[in-house]
Amino acid sequence: MGRAGHIWWQAIWRKPKLANAHLVIRQIYQLGVLSVVITVMSGFAIGAVLALQGYNQLVKYGSESSLGLGVALVLVMEIGPVVSALLFAGRAGSSLTAEIGLMKATEQLSSMEMIGVDPLQRIVAPRLWAGFISMPILGLMFSVVGIWGASLVGVDWLGVHEGAFWSIMQEGVDFKNHVLKGIVKTIAFGLVITWIAVFQGYDAMPTSEGISSATTKTVVYSSVSVLILDFFLTLVMFNF
Amino acid sequence: MTENSIILEEVVFRRSQRRIFNGVSLVIPKGKIVAIMGPSGTGKTTLLRLIAGQLRPDSGSVQVNGFEIPDLSRNELFEVRKSMGMLFQTGALFTDLSVFENVAFPLRIHSDLPEDMLRDLVLIKLQSVGLRGASELYPSELSGGMARRVALARAIALDPGIIMYDEPFAGLDPIALGVIVELIKSLNAIYGMTSIIVSHDINETASIADYIYLLSDGRVIGSGSPGALFKQDSPRIQQFIKGLPDGPVAFHYPAADYEDELMQSLAPNHWFTF
Amino acid sequence: MQMRSIEIIVGAFMLAGIISLAVLAIRVSGFNVGAETNTYSLYARFDNIGGLVRRSKVSIGGVVIGRVAEIRLDQDTYTALVRMEIDRDVQTISTDSTATILTDGLLGGKYIGISIGAEEAFLVNGDEITDTQSAIVLEELIGRFLLKKF
Repeated sequence: MGRAGHIWWQAIWRKPKLANAHLVIRQIYQLGVLSVVITVMSGFAIGAVLALQGYNQLVKYGSESSLGLGVALVLVMEIGPVVSALLFAGRAGSSLTAEIGLMKATEQLSSMEMIGVDPLQRIVAPRLWAGFISMPILGLMFSVVGIWGASLVGVDWLGVHEGAFWSIMQEGVDFKNHVLKGIVKTIAFGLVITWIAVFQGYDAMPTSEGISSATTKTVVYSSVSVLILDFFLTLVMFNF
Repeated sequence: MTENSIILEEVVFRRSQRRIFNGVSLVIPKGKIVAIMGPSGTGKTTLLRLIAGQLRPDSGSVQVNGFEIPDLSRNELFEVRKSMGMLFQTGALFTDLSVFENVAFPLRIHSDLPEDMLRDLVLIKLQSVGLRGASELYPSELSGGMARRVALARAIALDPGIIMYDEPFAGLDPIALGVIVELIKSLNAIYGMTSIIVSHDINETASIADYIYLLSDGRVIGSGSPGALFKQDSPRIQQFIKGLPDGPVAFHYPAADYEDELMQSLAPNHWFTF
Repeated sequence: MQMRSIEIIVGAFMLAGIISLAVLAIRVSGFNVGAETNTYSLYARFDNIGGLVRRSKVSIGGVVIGRVAEIRLDQDTYTALVRMEIDRDVQTISTDSTATILTDGLLGGKYIGISIGAEEAFLVNGDEITDTQSAIVLEELIGRFLLKKF
């Protein structure tokens, strides 16, 4: 833990120079853009399922017009941030760990140091910033696509009244209380996942088992951390 | 008297309880090719890292060009590293950059050259290792020998006064081997680069080194020009130089008495036949 | 060049993020920018507010004209004091208007419905609607039902 904190601290302290902005951009591409497909597909699927299940339950009480509200709240506050974070951990986190582990194993980090470049600044910091920026964007996209998927299922297929679907949702979803807090979660998750991924890569044994075990650890540790963090964030943000 | 580029005095370095270096002293004269050799695991690569300032000794002095390396600040170390080039065992090219960009990397970091001057410099360096035509390829498309040559071009990009080779001969076919040997010789002859070779390849190294240090168990156990070293009496030195399978470095891993161990598996039967 | 196309794609990515945020803000949460400043406050007291909460609707004839801003217990009279934020362009709420707590649909949330009275004088910022009707609580309804033996 101490070493992990040290790496984090050093990477943040020596902020990437403005000249290195292109490195951050490249990393946003690697981590964020390449995760869009899986995020959007999952978002749509989950939104659709939520609409389906939600409808089945609500129709018993004649409250199916509240479907939009229910799905939107669940997505924006919980499922959106959490599921997109888990997907991010699996896709982006594991590739990040493998990449850094490999760079260390093939002595690329050492040779970079020899040339006089600080690998923390050039390799680690851009990736941390990219994760920090990409995760909220992915979380938002997940929720939006999810709600859209839910509307397709609920309104176009199951016959929920379109006006009611959206207006009751708009009435009930509060930007500050719900959407913003969801975004806070995604930022926290992004930091945690990227931090764990980078550290595991840095610390990995330079063998093929070492890297494979490090990647597994990244996915497992970050997933568990996301879920635990979610509980505490929800507790603090929504219950106090 | 030729001045000394690098001086190590009584360097002690520990890693998790083990004393990797227990009072190592050596000097590397300017402009010479000096080899550091020894059995695997003696920490030869660690020595290079100590010289480069990537690691700090627990005690002792590491001087490069008059600078006491462990005492330097980050910025000062940055400056000193401009005059040191290192060729890693695996080449360690940056896999996401092309050959051209790899060689250009140190130049971009340490200097503000305009793009066209940079381009010329890179091409010159690549030409000197014979790979100018490969400038657009990526490391994954290169053979081992070619990758090592590109890494060499990168190591000399800033025209360093000192260049360190970490196992440069390992795993190369005879032709590639010949190429590397030639390059090391000519870099030293033409540019006067002080060259340190870490290797356990006796024949190749002896053919080009001016001076050899033999390391074992954390100390220097022998030194001298290749010819002088071959004649030295010590059994350890002789075993290493001649490549003898048994000697001070034992063939057998420590084990129980041979007869006893075999007897153990025979013992049960032995009882019954009584 | 490769870097160029990456920059463009990343730019698109970030734009998509901002658009998502906007969509969530407007379409999903009905965010009304600037609504906060164009309102004035009206008060109403109720014996029982039922499930009325902050941000519940305040409407006239079904049209939303404001929101519940604050709900407090008046410790002297033990009634609920509700402060409503009403849109400034709705100036014509007469002084004898009624405020009733109604239910939206069968399981919907509670809201305040205002019926305009006949007086010519209008309520201004800080005034109180005196004629109020509390929420219908299910238990009371059942109680009344049983007592009247319908």
